[in-house]
Amino acid sequence: MENHFEAGLDTLKQKLLTMASRAETAVNQAVQALVQRDTDLALRVKDDDRIIDQFEVEIDELCIQLLTRAPLATNLRLVTVAMKVSQDLERIGDEASKIAKRARDLSLEPPVKINLDLPRIAALALDMLKDALDAFVNKDSVAARAVIPRDREVDALNKQIHAALVQHMVENPDTIGRCLHWIVAAKSIERIADHATNVAEDVVYLCEAQDIRHTGVKSAVSA
Amino acid sequence: MATTETNSDAALIVRNLSVFFGERAAVKNVSLDVKAKAVTAIIGPSGCGKSTFLRALNRMHELNPEAHMEGEIKLFGDDIYSRDVEPVVVRRRVGMVFQKSNPFPTMSISENVTVGLRLNGVREKKILNERTEQSLRMSALWDEVKDRLHAPAISLSGGQQQRLCIARALAVQPEVLLMDEPASALDPLATAKIEELILQLKNDYTIVIVTHNMQQAARVSDFTAFFYIGELVEFDATGKIFTSPSKKQTEDYVTGRFG
Repeated sequence: MENHFEAGLDTLKQKLLTMASRAETAVNQAVQALVQRDTDLALRVKDDDRIIDQFEVEIDELCIQLLTRAPLATNLRLVTVAMKVSQDLERIGDEASKIAKRARDLSLEPPVKINLDLPRIAALALDMLKDALDAFVNKDSVAARAVIPRDREVDALNKQIHAALVQHMVENPDTIGRCLHWIVAAKSIERIADHATNVAEDVVYLCEAQDIRHTGVKSAVSA
Repeated sequence: MATTETNSDAALIVRNLSVFFGERAAVKNVSLDVKAKAVTAIIGPSGCGKSTFLRALNRMHELNPEAHMEGEIKLFGDDIYSRDVEPVVVRRRVGMVFQKSNPFPTMSISENVTVGLRLNGVREKKILNERTEQSLRMSALWDEVKDRLHAPAISLSGGQQQRLCIARALAVQPEVLLMDEPASALDPLATAKIEELILQLKNDYTIVIVTHNMQQAARVSDFTAFFYIGELVEFDATGKIFTSPSKKQTEDYVTGRFG
């Protein structure tokens, strides 16, 4: 027989996964709006952010209720990790919103003639997020650890995009305003990968009770 | 696990302890070190042997003719079950506080505190008065009773009576204090006072506490031992036991999956 506490934990996991799905959709749509110059879609992403914010509040409330029951061991780790993951998802929603805002602004101006691989960096970041969330669902710390080093690839790609845009601004000063929008959008995608990394680190803590943040112990295999 | 043969930090070193009631082993082959000036909590479901283990630490089982024990317990290096050691001496060095407060009902507050000393032949009023104040201060009861030391002990509230029992245990200046669910009959406020007291007392005493309340163990103890069916399943730092126990049985117990 499942007890009330276990039922509460199940609700928490469900809410977190729904929130995660919302955040993933928001990032996907924001990047789509950016690449396809879709003003309406950009506005919708911005609007939908409040739903993700609301999830964060609800998940915190639920976690606080569960903490009053003083959970221990894996239950304690799950509740505390859920609070952190929901905060990361909320920040991911904020980044999607920022990308959407830049997408809207860019869609109202002529396109910048530069070849940027935004879809690739976005796909990398989104894959990291998806894999970190799958690792959470499956309580798979090996998969979570495998996500972490991929952040470096995203960072490197963002640097390339940044350099290309700076170069373009030097050569085409009339595009500075629009290029700055692209820089901010790429930086937001890079931040999404950072949040995915945080989620993966939290999953490692959930599974192994080992805090690997700021330790340099970030390889794919258990230390 | 802190069960090395030599451990200079240990107040009590328990090796291969088994306690039998007739044929039945209530505690089976337990070895652990109780760190000095720290709080060690014993947790586990009812009937797991935790109180039996506690009572073995001051030879209380000798009051029960059915009971016998095997193994070794050393108190700061002294074998407490050695033939030339009197149980009374052990119980003076290792005090006990029980679940239900049990002040002597016909005695006053101060008489309760000094009863152990008087039984040990201390008669000098100055010493008795000094020790009364000192013990009541240490048990955080002095301010509440200093103006009515001659009032009957049973005029105190349940929480005060329990702190009086702690004062009584402290008056004979033990080295170790055993507590068998000392707050389980108290309301949350009285419980909080006892827990605060335990944290104060560990500056001077070694404390072993049996508790059913895992949050209490988490709040007051430095080390936690989990017993199950007479066996010591896991013994580790309290933070480790309650966030990431090593054994599945411990995990199942502390997450409420059994017990």
